[in-house]
Formats: sequence, structure tokens, C-alpha cells
Amino acid sequence: MRNYVFRLFVTGGSARSEDALKNLRRICEEHVAGQYDLSVIDVLEHPQQAEALKILATPTLIKDGPPPPRRLIGDLSAYMEVVDGLDLQPKAPNTE
Amino acid sequence: MSGPQAAARVAKLRTGIPGIDFLTHGGLPEGRTCVVSGTAGSGKTILALHFLAAGIAEGQPGVFVTFEEPAEDLRRNVGSFGWDLAAWERGGRLAIIDATPDPATEEALAVGDYDLGGLVSRIAHAAGRVGARRIALDSLGSLFAQFTDHGIVRREIRRILSSLRPLGLTGLATSERVAEYGAVGRFGVEEFVADGVIILRNTLTEMRRRRTVEVLKMRGSAHAKGEHPFIILDGVGVEVIPLSALRLDPPASDVRRPTGIPELDAMCGGGFFENSIVIVSGATGTGKTLLATYFLGALPDEGPALMVAYEEGREQITRNARNWGLDLGPLLTSGQLRIECRYPEAAGLEDHLVHIKQLVDAHTPSRLVIDSLSALERIASDKSFREFAIDLTAFLKQHSVLTLLTTTTPTLTGGASLTNTHISTIADGIILLRHVELYGELQRGLAVLKMRGSDVDRRIREIIVSGEGLRIGEPIRNVAGVLSGNLTYILDDQSGFTRMAPRGPAEGGDGHPS
Repeated sequence: MRNYVFRLFVTGGSARSEDALKNLRRICEEHVAGQYDLSVIDVLEHPQQAEALKILATPTLIKDGPPPPRRLIGDLSAYMEVVDGLDLQPKAPNTE
Repeated sequence: MSGPQAAARVAKLRTGIPGIDFLTHGGLPEGRTCVVSGTAGSGKTILALHFLAAGIAEGQPGVFVTFEEPAEDLRRNVGSFGWDLAAWERGGRLAIIDATPDPATEEALAVGDYDLGGLVSRIAHAAGRVGARRIALDSLGSLFAQFTDHGIVRREIRRILSSLRPLGLTGLATSERVAEYGAVGRFGVEEFVADGVIILRNTLTEMRRRRTVEVLKMRGSAHAKGEHPFIILDGVGVEVIPLSALRLDPPASDVRRPTGIPELDAMCGGGFFENSIVIVSGATGTGKTLLATYFLGALPDEGPALMVAYEEGREQITRNARNWGLDLGPLLTSGQLRIECRYPEAAGLEDHLVHIKQLVDAHTPSRLVIDSLSALERIASDKSFREFAIDLTAFLKQHSVLTLLTTTTPTLTGGASLTNTHISTIADGIILLRHVELYGELQRGLAVLKMRGSDVDRRIREIIVSGEGLRIGEPIRNVAGVLSGNLTYILDDQSGFTRMAPRGPAEGGDGHPS
């Protein structure tokens, strides 16, 4: 079973960040429900993490797994581009 | 919006880079960001780092945001300027933000609208961590390569720059130009960074690289106009040569120093004034170097002496001096006399100028010879040579160095040289050396054309050089036109005959070298 690990870097409180989170949640629920971990990091509160990962843009979505790792920037409003960009494979039918 | 009123509203932050502080009339507008615009290789990164290094030296920590050159490369590449970035980072005086694209991460795919909030937050964090007063961003233009939506990049550059003001940061942001002249910047960054624009140029003139800096605008303040030469110097960074920085108020002195030749002392009214600049002009072989050697080597009690030689090597100079009865060996051994030899063509004029200044600063000579100034004239355009001559003479005056500059006239018989026209008005004294053909025999003549504030002996006298040394003899009589090279022999009561010499070249026909 696949497990998608996402980190979303946002600038706290900005409309763009909230849009990105909303869009990402919707896409994940529709494609990989129950198969993903998402942590949201506010660069204003955790600039060191932004520094360590060399984040310039917000929102930045980092897909840590499964490989290949990907980075997406933007409010994730283009639905199909996000699905393709993250290489989301819908949950296979339960085969036991 | 200009004039004293506006100037009073904008506080200045002295950069600590002397030439830049002069050109900007006291530094950069505090709490604002100015743009440094230039082509690739024009020295933008070095100026931006020098701005931070000068701040750190004055106890003002800084943040460097690098968009192009990875931080690791930067730390390694600027060591030659004496900037130990890693040590400053460890000491909490510098923070480097590496905003270069990471080759290890896959290129970010843009999906929808974004901002550069990550960078803004990193800058604020770094500035707070080190207590930064200054920031440099190098270069804004590379953001356009990393992020393809230029509309967003423009909006975000504006946001980044406005985020710096509440942090109390004074900044320099670099930006690329495509050509040395024409539109200011490639991406028009300068248009919305309205606080100041500095342009760096790197042009090829007469087969030599010439770097210049121009302050195009500076908010709320007057500034020096036009292009000013600068060089990039190891151990220093950016060294601007601000011609107009020179003021004509060098210390005046009425103390006279001996010239090294007693008869010349008498001709000049008792010697040279101690902070004066004297030109010795003459054709090749008239004894300029010899006279200069006596000036430096015959007076061991006159303090340290320095010779910068562009035409002869040290060995040749000392050997010739020995043949003329002057042993420079002891002075050279004791360090009282230094002879520095360089090929004029080995460097640009600006480099020679800085080299001379460094030698003077390091050895604080009380007297100096440059032999010859005309050798340097060969390697430069007319305009840059004039700037060089003015800057050099002003520097030497400010340092109270008694200086003898030799210049070589283009023709054997005399006449004007370009060097003379450029600097004869700046010089305090002019001594002419001439070949004089007397009844089929070549002799050397010497005349003091000008010696500011002195009662001079204006007769042309014979120079006698022998193994015992250099002496100045009797006035040369019965001949006219020595200055111009057009000799005319005059009726002499004793010899009783008159003869016309063949006419020489027609240049300098007014009989005055300047």
C-alpha cells in the first residue's frame, strides 16, 4: 500500500496559502484518501526549516514519497496539473 | 525634490568604501535599497560584498542573499579580497542566504499563483539572528530565470524590497545589463527600485579594460556625476579613483630641501620646496635618470627615498649610478632607498596608480622619483592619462612627498611632450634637459623653466658628467633656440663669427614646452 508524504510550506494566514491547503486536501481526498500524511509548515514560524529546504516561494508543496520526490509551487488551483505533478495513483481496488 | 530640503530628510549610511562614499556624497540612503547595475563581469558581486565587508568592519552585521553563485563557491572565491565569510558567519556577523536553484532538487512545477514568502521570511529571520544593518541581494535578475512568470517576479521583488525597510536594512541589490550603454537594466528592476541606481561598466578602450562606476541617481541627495574609474584589487575589493575628490588644498611649505646637486640648489633659489612636484623633461640621453638618481641617492640624511622605474631595471640603474660616482648599494641594503621596477605594459593605468599609492603608503618616502611618466603615457588614452596625472600629483601633495617626475620629449632636440602639456600646470617646478650641439660637439644643457615661489637662475647651463659625478657648469652662451631645438648661434665678440645651425623639427616652435 502506498503512503504519500507531503509537506506544505505556507505563509501563515495568506489567502493564497489557505487556497493551496484547501485545494490539496480536496485532491488528496479524491485520489488518495487515507493514504497520505500532510504536514503544514508556516515559514513565518519556522524560518529555519525554510532555510534548510531552501524554500523561496510559498506555497511550496514537497512530496517526500513515494519516489520520485517532487516540488510544486503555487496555490495548486490547476487540478489536473497537481494530480499529474504529484503522480497520484488512485487506490487500487481491494485485492486482499 | 532635490536640494538641501530633500537631502535633510534622507539619512545616509556611510558604506566605508571611500570612493563610493565620495561619489554618493556621504553614502547610501539609510533604510533604502539601491540597485547596482552592470554587465556580466563588471564587478557587481564584489561591490555588493565589499559593502557588507566594510559594514562588518565597522560593527554593522550583514545579510547576503545569493541567487546565482552557491554560498559554498562564494566563500571560496572571495578569500583573495581578505574577506573570510565563513569566519564572519561563525562570529554571527554575517548570514548568507543561499537562494540558488538546488541542482539536487527537481525543478519546482508552478501550479497557480505564488509569492516569495519563503524568501522574505528567511531574510527576516537571518537579519534578526545577526542583528543586520546591511543587506546585499545578488542578483535580482536571476529570479527571472528561476521563476518564469515575470509578472509575479516583479511584484515579489517589490515586496521583498519593501519588507527590508521595517527591518532597518540598508541594501544594495545587483541587476544585469546586456550592454554597457543604453537601457539601464535587463529586466527593468531599476525602474521600481527608485532609491538609487549605480552603474558599473567594463569597457575595452585602446586594448585595455577600463572599469568605471557611475551614480545615476540617489534619492534625496546630490551626487557626483559621470563615470569614475575603479579597479578590483586583491586584499581591498573595489577601489574607486574619484578624480573630483581631489581638492586643491595640499599643505604648503616654505621649507626647502636640497636637490642632490649643489649647483642646482643655487639655480632654484636654494633647493626644492619640501612637498613640491618637479618635472624633469628632456630627450633620451640628456641625463634625466642621472639627475633623478642624485636626487635620491646623494642625500642619505634626507629620509627614505623611493624610485618607481618603468624604463630601466634595478641593476642597470645602480650600475649606471656607480659609473657616475654614486654608490647606491649601502642605501639599498639599509632600505633607505627602494627601487621598484615595473613594465608599463604589465598593468592598466589605474593599477599603476594604485601600485604607486600602495608603495607610498607602505614606505612613506620623503622623496620619490617616477622614471618616467611618459612611459605610462604610452599605455593609456589621453583622457585617462590626464586623470591619472591629476590624481597622482594630488595624492603625492597630500602625502607631502617631494617628487621628481621625469618625462621624455619625443624628439632629440627638445620640444613639447604630451606629458608636459598635461601636468606642467600642476607641477611646481619644471627643469629642462636638452642636447645642445655646439660647434660639432653634443653637450647637455639644463635650464630651470619654472620653480614656483622661487627666484630662479634662468640661464641655460652646461651639465658635466664624469666618473666623479654630475656637475652643473657655466651658462651656455652664444646660442639661441635651445628650448625649441632650433639652434641659432649668435655673434660672439671673442670668437668673431656667426653660424647658422641646420634647422631642427618645427614642433614647439614657440620655444615653450607647455
